[in-house]
Amino acid sequence: MPWIDACATDDIDQEDLIRFDHDGRTFAIYHSPDGTFFCTDGLCTHEQVHLEDGLVMDYEIECPKHNATFDYRTGEAKRAPACVNLNTYETKVEGGRVFIAV
Amino acid sequence: MATRDYSLLGPNARQAVDTGLAAAEWYHTDIPRARMKDLMKRTDQPAIRDTAILFACMALFAGIGIALWPSWWSAPFWLAYGMLYGSAMDSRWHECSHGTAFKTRPYNDWLYQVASFCMVRNPVSWRWSHARHHTDTIIVGRDPEIVAMRPPALFRIVMNVFGIFDAWHGWTRMLYNASGRIHPEEAAYIPEQEQPKVIRVARIWVAIYAATIALALALGSMLPLMVIGLPRLYGAWHHVLTGLMQHAGLAENVTDHRLNSRTVYINPISRFIYWNMNYHVEHHMFPMVPYHRLPDLHDAIKHDLPPANTSMWEAYAEIIPVLRRQLAYEDVFLKRDLPATAKPYREDFHSAALGTAAE
Repeated sequence: MPWIDACATDDIDQEDLIRFDHDGRTFAIYHSPDGTFFCTDGLCTHEQVHLEDGLVMDYEIECPKHNATFDYRTGEAKRAPACVNLNTYETKVEGGRVFIAV
Repeated sequence: MATRDYSLLGPNARQAVDTGLAAAEWYHTDIPRARMKDLMKRTDQPAIRDTAILFACMALFAGIGIALWPSWWSAPFWLAYGMLYGSAMDSRWHECSHGTAFKTRPYNDWLYQVASFCMVRNPVSWRWSHARHHTDTIIVGRDPEIVAMRPPALFRIVMNVFGIFDAWHGWTRMLYNASGRIHPEEAAYIPEQEQPKVIRVARIWVAIYAATIALALALGSMLPLMVIGLPRLYGAWHHVLTGLMQHAGLAENVTDHRLNSRTVYINPISRFIYWNMNYHVEHHMFPMVPYHRLPDLHDAIKHDLPPANTSMWEAYAEIIPVLRRQLAYEDVFLKRDLPATAKPYREDFHSAALGTAAE
């Protein structure tokens, strides 16, 4: 799995996310409260709304349209109307950059 | 003149999907991310305070009502209790369905269950119904929560001031679901894996109503039903009064909440009962903002919205003439002017849907 250079570590505030588009796909990259970075698919599994405007609370992302909630570490759907988990992707940090394996 | 079919299984439903109106991209006012994060931030305190006040008032009014029963002196206390049971619970149901009232999820879920029972709205079905209302707000054939249809269902609206149609629908649907069935319209928006939960809740509710009716028969008094069940009828008027203002008389089949939703300044008591849903354009545009931050959101984006109605009186003075005109010509609707500071409506985008704006 190739590592893709997605963003600088300081591009994302702690307890927040950004959108990252690559090769026709869209992702969400999260900076957790403990400083770790995570990556999931960018679109909510409920109605394909992008999560980029959502709310990160601790280790959960809430969809901006219908308040569906996911654990962005595992992708697990935690609250309706989402019933299907998000795909997650490995991340690593090197030289102040965040890389994702997609 | 277009004839509308509001059924979720009818030709307008198919047309909305075919034309891209269903699950479309909607207009949003630009707000800096940092400001938006601040507005979306969750906290428990305001909703704990409001919920404590709500349940304390309900216990007080019901207690006095029971103590004075069957004297007519109990009537004002039942009316006050009913307004909290049959109207304030509507807004609690709504806010908790979004999960925005409290930061702590179990608090949201608990109040959501209580409020759903009071309003006779199955908490599973209506969560999905309301999600659809936000996806396809006032899209004919897609939105299951359109109140003022065209031509306006005035008889139904007036009857619902006393909860007649809505409560009847809720109770009959409860019995239908309790028999182990999901209505075809419900099946259109509730995923299959969630449907058993609909049936389970309906059966629990039937047991609660059966116990209440049994107690009333045993006591030879309707008093238990004055506490559970009937307040959905005699206390419904306030949520109908405020709820009708949300979208009535405005555009259908558009993808800009400034065209189909209304913000109205209302008195503090009504705002407590309605939990600030009078900021309705704001709520639809940014449903992640908790009720207690909607006034702040309003201040942040009002430059981009039609001016808010200054009172319920002013709102109804605007709504009623349009509804009367829709009785004769259902394409007519109200299109509010935007302030000079606002981004204009996308006329090209909405021209096919807008039809005829009222003068």
